[in-house]
Amino acid sequence: MSFLVLQGIQKQFGASVAVQDFNLSAEKGEFVSFLGPSGCGKTTTLRMIAGFEQPTAGTITVDGKDITYRPPNRRNVGMVFQSYALFPNMSVADNIGFGLRIRKRSKSQIKTRVGELLEMINLPDKGSRYPYQLSGGQQQRVALARALAIEPEVLLLDEPLSALDAKIRVALRKEIRSIQRQLGITTVYVTHDQEEAMSLSDRVVVMSEGRIEQIGPPPQIYNFPATPFVASFVGTLNLLPATVVDAAGGTVSVGGQTIRTPKAIDGQANRAITVALRPEAVEIGEAGGSNRLVGQVEDVSFLGSIVRTRVKIMEGASVSLDQFNDPALAAPAIGETITISFPPEASLVLAGPASSSDAVEQAIAES
Amino acid sequence: MTGGGPAIGLGTRETIGAIQHQGPSAPAGRRGVSIGKIVSWIVFIVALIYFFLPLIATLEFSLRARPAGGAYANTFKDARFFGSLFYSFVIGLVTIVVSTLLIVPTAYWVRLKLPRLRPIVEFVTLMPFVIPAVVLAFGLIRSFSSGPLPLAESQRGSDVLLVAAYVILSFPYMYRAVDTGLRTIDVKSLTEAGQSLGSGTLRILWSVIFPNLRVAILSGAFLTLAIVIGEFTLANYLARPAFGPYLSGLGQNRSYEPAAVSLISFGLTWIAMGFIAFLGRSGGGRTGRVEVGGAH
Repeated sequence: MSFLVLQGIQKQFGASVAVQDFNLSAEKGEFVSFLGPSGCGKTTTLRMIAGFEQPTAGTITVDGKDITYRPPNRRNVGMVFQSYALFPNMSVADNIGFGLRIRKRSKSQIKTRVGELLEMINLPDKGSRYPYQLSGGQQQRVALARALAIEPEVLLLDEPLSALDAKIRVALRKEIRSIQRQLGITTVYVTHDQEEAMSLSDRVVVMSEGRIEQIGPPPQIYNFPATPFVASFVGTLNLLPATVVDAAGGTVSVGGQTIRTPKAIDGQANRAITVALRPEAVEIGEAGGSNRLVGQVEDVSFLGSIVRTRVKIMEGASVSLDQFNDPALAAPAIGETITISFPPEASLVLAGPASSSDAVEQAIAES
Repeated sequence: MTGGGPAIGLGTRETIGAIQHQGPSAPAGRRGVSIGKIVSWIVFIVALIYFFLPLIATLEFSLRARPAGGAYANTFKDARFFGSLFYSFVIGLVTIVVSTLLIVPTAYWVRLKLPRLRPIVEFVTLMPFVIPAVVLAFGLIRSFSSGPLPLAESQRGSDVLLVAAYVILSFPYMYRAVDTGLRTIDVKSLTEAGQSLGSGTLRILWSVIFPNLRVAILSGAFLTLAIVIGEFTLANYLARPAFGPYLSGLGQNRSYEPAAVSLISFGLTWIAMGFIAFLGRSGGGRTGRVEVGGAH
């Protein structure tokens, strides 16, 4: 039986629907991320688990207990906020021990537990400091320790790294994951950063406009996006307008150039569809696979370890492709006409202007 | 003042020197800053004179009494001076406690749950500026002279009425100070953090909100105290032995003593303000900032 279950969750603010038809079952110790753009309902859903918002419909259970209408202070759910929300009038040790004092633990118990947690977050000598004396990264580690001090059944993190700079963000997310694994605590993590969600999570819930677009492990989300939204939101994706040439044979035409897709396509010839290609699946030249497209180099960008080249295939359709940086790499010149290639398996039929998203999902499921 | 004098002189000499030395080629921006500096000093000095001249005049007048310092000696000898000051001080403290217990949870709740009501609450708290104290006094006396709560008929009852009226008078100062204090902390996140750790609303108010509003409350509290100590109308109509009516009575019967009493009460108010600044500095960190500005 799943540990954290959200069933048929819906949340309305007046006439506007913030979350609808949200169903999720998370196992004990699982790390689940809610990923999506601003306003997609991910934070609202998290706040419903915390008890700060009440769902308009649906139920939330933790370890078999229905907590849907239980007040937040009686849920035993730890929360880490984007703004840290450390109590400015309390020292680091008092912040961490706050929840334990509420639970009327003895002074010695609190001292021991606070000491353990300070060790765990690598700030053993900062107990007497005040929050304003710490850096952003340190404050967020204290916030994490404070949330963990009460040994919550579920840990919720609401964009905890958004206010930090890039290097600290990467270091801290590793730390969060390691602590979460160490404690085996069921965790829900809200982020709009796909890299964060991918690197941290056992499963990712991609959300858009209050709905779940797809739930799955990171590789599945990245490699097999279920909807055009997921495909476009997760990673960089080339979307090429195409028409079906031979539905049974899985061949399509992109600006008059024919390529093969891995499986047969639903629908008739001349049906308008969209073909998705990941930049890393495409190569310059003919060695990348049996599918070939000829186009003109529009742009070459140096991104450090990667050189990204954009090739215009036809009006309104370009393909970006990545090459690992190498001092000997001869990048193509802008304006040069080149051939690019990729295997049929790399081309994913996503959507056509006339098709519904259900049909697209069906098509992907079949591919 | 002594520190200000040489600084002004130095600044002026430097400025003139710079203008003379650089001549027409001096950058306009730099010259602008220097002239601006002179103007600010002039404004500062004028403000200082405006503020201190009446005080110096009052001091000079109070010292004309014979024997020298007699006005001050008489004031300190008068038991009613200390009696009325003590009474007003106690009433002021009770007012501060009641006002704080009323305003802090209200301002907190409005900011947290009812932000749309904020302009209305703000308007209500400004009512004492609109309704004269004499109207309030007559209203209270008429309403509480008879009926189920004839508070105005007894001394303790009148004290209660006086505190209630002073609480209303303190609204604009207390509410604004507290609201400004609340603006400097993330009330919503702090409350939610407290809740997720198992705390109830009262505990959050007591352990998290109040301590972080300490200086804001103190700012409002001392302004309230200053107002209560000098208040005349309500105390007079409710016939309470407060400092305001005492000072007024003194003004009618004596010549030099009222000036001495005014200066002493002014000095006490200054000590109170100095106390706020001291607490603000010693409080440390984000919670320690003085929010006197919030109570204007």
